[in-house]
Order: sequence, then C-alpha cells, then structure tokens
Amino acid sequence: MPIDIKIKKGLTLKLKGEAENSIEQAQKSKTVALRPSNFHSLVPKMVLKEGAKLKAGDEVFFSKYSDKTRVVSPVSGTLKEIKRGAKRKILSVIIEADDELSYKDFGVMDPLKSNSSEVKDRIFSSGLGVFLNQRPYNIPADAEDTPKAIYISAYDTAPLSADYEFILKDKAEFFQNGINALTKLTGGKVYLGVDKQSASFLKDIENVELITVSGPHPAGNVGTLIHETEPMNRGERVWTINPEDVAIIGEQFKTGKYNAERTVVVTGTAAKHRKYFKTIIGAEVSSILKDQEDNSRIISGNVLTGEKIEEDGYINFFSNTLTVIPEGNEYRMFGWLPFKDNDIHSASKTSLSWLFPNKKYEVNTNLNGEERALVVTGEMEEVMPLDILPMQLIKACMAGDIEKMENLGIYEVVPEDFALVEYTNTSKIEAQAIIRNGLDIMITEVG
Amino acid sequence: MNWIRQKIDQIKEPFEPGNKLEKYRPAINALDTFLFVPDHTTKKGAHIRDAVDLKRTMITVVLALIPALIFGMWNGGYQHYVQLGVEPTFLEAFLHGAYKIVPMIVVSYAVGLGLEFAFAIMRGHEVNEGYLVTGLLIPMIMPIDIPLWMVALSVIFAVLIGKEAFGGTGMNILNPALTARAFAFFAYPTYMSGNKIWVSEASTVDTISGETILGSLAANKEVGYNTAEMFTGVIPGSIAETSTLCIAVGALLLVLTKVGSWRIILSGILGAAAMGLLLNALPSMGVEGNGLTNFPWYNHLVVGGFAFGIVFMATDPVSAAQTMKGKWIYGALIGLTAILIRTLNPAYPEGIMLSILLLNVFAPTIDHYVIEGNIKKRKKRLETKSVKTA
Repeated sequence: MPIDIKIKKGLTLKLKGEAENSIEQAQKSKTVALRPSNFHSLVPKMVLKEGAKLKAGDEVFFSKYSDKTRVVSPVSGTLKEIKRGAKRKILSVIIEADDELSYKDFGVMDPLKSNSSEVKDRIFSSGLGVFLNQRPYNIPADAEDTPKAIYISAYDTAPLSADYEFILKDKAEFFQNGINALTKLTGGKVYLGVDKQSASFLKDIENVELITVSGPHPAGNVGTLIHETEPMNRGERVWTINPEDVAIIGEQFKTGKYNAERTVVVTGTAAKHRKYFKTIIGAEVSSILKDQEDNSRIISGNVLTGEKIEEDGYINFFSNTLTVIPEGNEYRMFGWLPFKDNDIHSASKTSLSWLFPNKKYEVNTNLNGEERALVVTGEMEEVMPLDILPMQLIKACMAGDIEKMENLGIYEVVPEDFALVEYTNTSKIEAQAIIRNGLDIMITEVG
Repeated sequence: MNWIRQKIDQIKEPFEPGNKLEKYRPAINALDTFLFVPDHTTKKGAHIRDAVDLKRTMITVVLALIPALIFGMWNGGYQHYVQLGVEPTFLEAFLHGAYKIVPMIVVSYAVGLGLEFAFAIMRGHEVNEGYLVTGLLIPMIMPIDIPLWMVALSVIFAVLIGKEAFGGTGMNILNPALTARAFAFFAYPTYMSGNKIWVSEASTVDTISGETILGSLAANKEVGYNTAEMFTGVIPGSIAETSTLCIAVGALLLVLTKVGSWRIILSGILGAAAMGLLLNALPSMGVEGNGLTNFPWYNHLVVGGFAFGIVFMATDPVSAAQTMKGKWIYGALIGLTAILIRTLNPAYPEGIMLSILLLNVFAPTIDHYVIEGNIKKRKKRLETKSVKTA
C-alpha cells in the first residue's frame, strides 16, 4: 500500500505558457559548462588544466573538503576555459564537445547483486554522487554518510514545471536500475513521490516506498514528502535526487557509460517553441532557445525557485526547465489600489483574481510593490503545509539565532520550501535568500 | 500617462543616487509610488510576485474605515444640533461634523507623516505605509471637541515613543493609534472624560447633558437609547466609535480581503459576550452588581468603543499576537478584559483602549507559549526517535 499524502495549505499557480507534450532532439550544444555554484558550498579543486582532452565521465573537479565529491564531464572534448572571478574563484568550466562523443568505460555492474560498499564506491568514484543532495542544508551528499532515507519526487507541482512521467517513460528500465542502486546507499527506505491522480508506470516501480501525493503546490516538493513521512531531526541525514538523474545512474550501471542526457522543457509566455528538448547537462541556452521575445527573462528552473541566466549562458546542472517570461520593468499607475489590475494574480483577496480560480495568468517579473517592514501576519501560514512557523523561523534566520533556528525546524527546510512564502509576501521580503543564509550559518556553526 | 511619467522622472532627477538631493530620496519616492507602482523587477529568489503590497493592504484598511468616518462626521453634527433642539438636514449635520473632524485629520496626517518622512530620510529606508491607517485612526477615536494642538501632541508621542523608539514600522509593541489616545487621556484627563466632551460644543450649552451611554450607566442613570439606536450609532461618543453598523461594514471588508484577522475579531466578540453574560448573571448568584454589570451583554457589544477597537485596533498585525493560535487567545482575552474593565473600573467607564494596550504587551508572551508548543513537538519527536533507536 502506498503512503498517501494530501496537502491542504499551499497554492497552485496557474500560468499561461505551458509546453506541449512533444519531445525533440535539441541542436547539439557546442560547449557545455560546469558551474561550481550549482553545487552549494562546494569549493572546487581542478583536476585538469585548460586544453586537456577528456572523455564523457572524466573527472573535472572535486570538492576541496571531500575528494569523493567529484564532478565529471558530461561530454567528451577539450577543456576550453576555466572562467575565474574575484580572488581567482572558479565561476565555470567550459568544455568544448566533440562531434562524436566518446565515453569513459566504468564497466557494467548489477546493483542488486553487489554489496552496499561496492555500489556506494562506484557511485561516488564515478562522479554520480553529486546528483545526490543532502538534507539538511541542501548541499552535495557526503560519501562518508549513510542517510536514513533517500527521497525522489517524480511529481513537480511548481508552476510550469516538467512532467516527469513524460520525461521518464522511455527510461523506465534505467530508472528502475537506478533505484536499485540507491537502495544500497541507505539503511532505510527509498521513497518515491508520484502524482496520485495519474495512473502511470511510476506506480509500478519496485524497491521503493511509494508516496501518492495530492493537493496544491508545494505538495510535490521533496521537503513536503520528508516532512509527512520521516521528518528530519537534529543530526540526521537524508539524501534527495531528481528522477532523471536516477535514470542516469541506472544507465551508467547497466552500460558502463555516463550518458548525461537531460530532458529540458521550455515554458513561459515569452518562449516561442514550448516543448521538451533532449539535450545534455550544462548545455548552452542558445542551443535550445531560439528567438524568444525581447525584454524577457530566461530562467533556468521554474518561476519560483529558478536562476536567472543570460541568453549566452548555460543551463543549471540540476535544472530541467527553461522558463521565459517577460520582464516587468514598467510602471503601473495607481497599481496599488485594491481591486485594480485584477489580471495580476494575488493570493490575498485585495484583488478580484480569487473570483476566477481557473483563470490562467500571464506573469512578468515586476515586484508589484517595494520591500517594506514585515507587518502583515498570517499570510505565510496559508501557503506553508509543513508544521513550521514560517515567520518565526524567518525572523530567527534574520537574527542568526542558532538555537531558535534549530528549535523552529531549520533542518527540515530548504529555500524552495519558502518560495511560496516569498511569492505571496506583502512586504516583498526575500524569504528564500534569508533561509539560505540561515542554513549557511548552521553549516558553519553546527555542521 | 507617459508624459506624466516623464515629468516625474524629470522631477526626480536631482534625487537620484550621486546627485545632491540624494538623501531625500525616500521622501520623493514615497510620493512617486503613490502615483505609480514602480518598475522594479525581482532580483533574487522568486521571479514573479503577488499583486499585493503593503500600500494596497493599508489602503484597504483606510477604505474599511470610511463608512465609520462618514457616519462619525454626520453623527458629530447631528448630536450637536439635537442638543440645541434643532433637527438638522443631513448636509447641515455632516458639514458641522466635517468642519470639526477634517482639520483633525489634516493635523494628524501632516504631523505624523512629517515625522515618518523625517525618520525615513534619517534612517535611509523607504517610507512605510502604516501611518496612513494610524493617521486616520487617531482622530477617529478622539472626542470631537479635542483641541488640534492636543491631536498634534498625541501624534508626536505615538510616533516617537510608540513606534520609532522601538525601531519603526513593524517593530512597535503597542498600537500607535491607541498610544496616542492613551497619551491624550492620561495627559489631559479633563478634555478626555466627563459628560461635556462627547457632543460638539456641549460645554456651551447648560441644560442638556451629552454624556455617553456608558457614562450614564456608571453614574447609575437611565439610558435613553434602545439597542437599535446603539447599533446604528446615533448616540454620543468618540468620533467614529458609535456606529456598530458602519464598523461592521468595515469589518466585512477587512475579513473578506483577509487584511484583518477574523480570528481576532470573532474571538474578541465571543470573549466580550462571555464576560457580559457572566456579569449579567451576577444578580442570580446573589451579587448585586452595578448599572454596568446589569447592562445586557448584547448591548455591551454595540456601545462604546468595543466594536471599533476589536475591528480596527486589535487586528493591527504588528501589535497583535502573530501566531494563529495566539490570535484566538489574544482576541478572547481582549474581549474578556475590555468588558471587565468597563464594568468594574469606577474611574473610567470604558475598557477597550486599556484592554487592547494590555494585551498588546502580553501578545509576545502568548506567542511565546504557542511557539514553545511547536518546539516541544519537535523535541518530543527527537526524543521518541532516540528512545526507539537506543
């Protein structure tokens, strides 16, 4: 029997600009980028120098603090450039891809027939370990830990997000194999969250504890799944991983090749061709997005948690969504009047938008106001399904009060759990950045 | 619209960073943002944001206050003419009230916003919109004949001591508007209580007493109004507190827009009703009580400042309890203590002001216990977990 989770608090934003359910091979990305900033708190040590030749699966850099946290190249080719910023901090590593990819051979391994340490060693030594993220703190998993459970959410409830069933349907075999490998990493369970409404193959995946999820966003967030099943306590470790990355692990075990294929969905009203594209991890944005509208913002990820990237930039390592929406750098006369501009969504009832629950909105990046002191109370709780006092936790993070943060449940959350709080907030405070900052304080003070 | 925008950008030019009037930017920005929602786009975190902002929220409260304010102006004039034995037309009554009240509002806004702007410039932050509500509330809870200099002094006290001393908007412990009223009440008691101040220019009339219902009850006099009159509010009292009907209209707007906490309003009413019922039952328990304790409980809900206080003052999110459970407790305690103070305090026959201020002080304590509850749950989970694994 699957575990059933039904969320009541939250908010599903219905936005225009959905992608059609069709998939196409993207134009080959001439270069790919690996950006250390995609792996929070990772300080890279380079293995290769500029000009080095490498195969797909060759190590490019590793973490200064743990040489088992390795990032490997998604393509074969030449290490073209190591871009550095202030204090020679490595910003990105650009690899020029060969026309025909060649792969490093890791050998075939059947995870079910291997023991835990063999599987773990294989995953971390071949650079698959960076797909695993650790809770608390949302940082790369530490190879020395044994997590109490591993969570995978194959149901993304965020606005305009990718449909994992659609992405995974051709990779079911690899996905299952990846799951088999993951079960060897934990003493506990491997949880898989799926959409309760759909009747897909994901419900037949074996060796997992199935969670059927229903309710508004953030029902599908990993944080919600963890909170409803095995909430985090002090000192505990849980790992999370994205579904498509599970399939990459499964394929690598089955074929010995690191095939860093990434299915990216292009969404948002300012994007012209809205559908799924097959490309490679860290691909050039320009290899996928063609002639989007002027004065628009490209987001690697969804509108709530994604990262703003430039037209000539690269997709985030973990991201499988490119959202393009118009910039909102326009003035609105008397826009602050209640019940005016009802075409802009509001979770509060000071706009009449609540009268049309099924309306889809065209959104832009306007802040719709200015940052103010925290005045309004009660609105954060409406979009916070976790048993967390959001405002009190935010204040504890702002104050850097370690004991209070711990008491109020900082270990149970990551920034994305506060994305809706940030979206609906009247005072326009940057909740995700505040939580991230709080987590960083905990990393240095508690570890 | 574009040319207005261009004109404003032109005016703002010298205030831009690097130019000589840079430090006055918060002031000019505050004025500008009243015309236009700025073109600021999201820089960090969520790329899209809700349409609501603090300005919209505060304006909603101001809108909710309008019915009570309009009624207050009319009633101020009406009570004035009636004591003279004249039956005024609607316009006459309204104009007399407006003549008294509009200058108070002007003084309140001018002094208060002046201070707010000064602090924003001094501290280099944008002007918060909270005073839009406070500035209107202050005159609305004053007696109609209060001298303007007293309004100004109360405003200065409320903004400086009640708010800015604690760090400005969002940080204050006490409701600023009630701080203003409490200041006026304790600093100038002769202007703020008694039976000659509640009706405009009553002191110039010898024969007729314009005291409030609660005042007459405290003096063990008969009340010449029925419940319907008390509800509609054609009675003497502070400017906007009299009409429970108009306040209810405002409350409806606050609750429907979720700007005001229905939890506080509802639990406050329930608390007051409970205390009223208890006091009404005193005679059956062999205690004699007084005119106020024997006043029917439902009348307690519609006279005096209770309705206005519970709807517009107790729901101030900054000074109220901030947790959901805390709001229930906070509201209920306000209701209970308001009626208790009102009936059993011989010095002053109204309790809502003091009860809200009292609970403002205790709100952080209420929250503390609610938060402790959440913390304990988490600690217990950890304990049971470690017991299991041990």
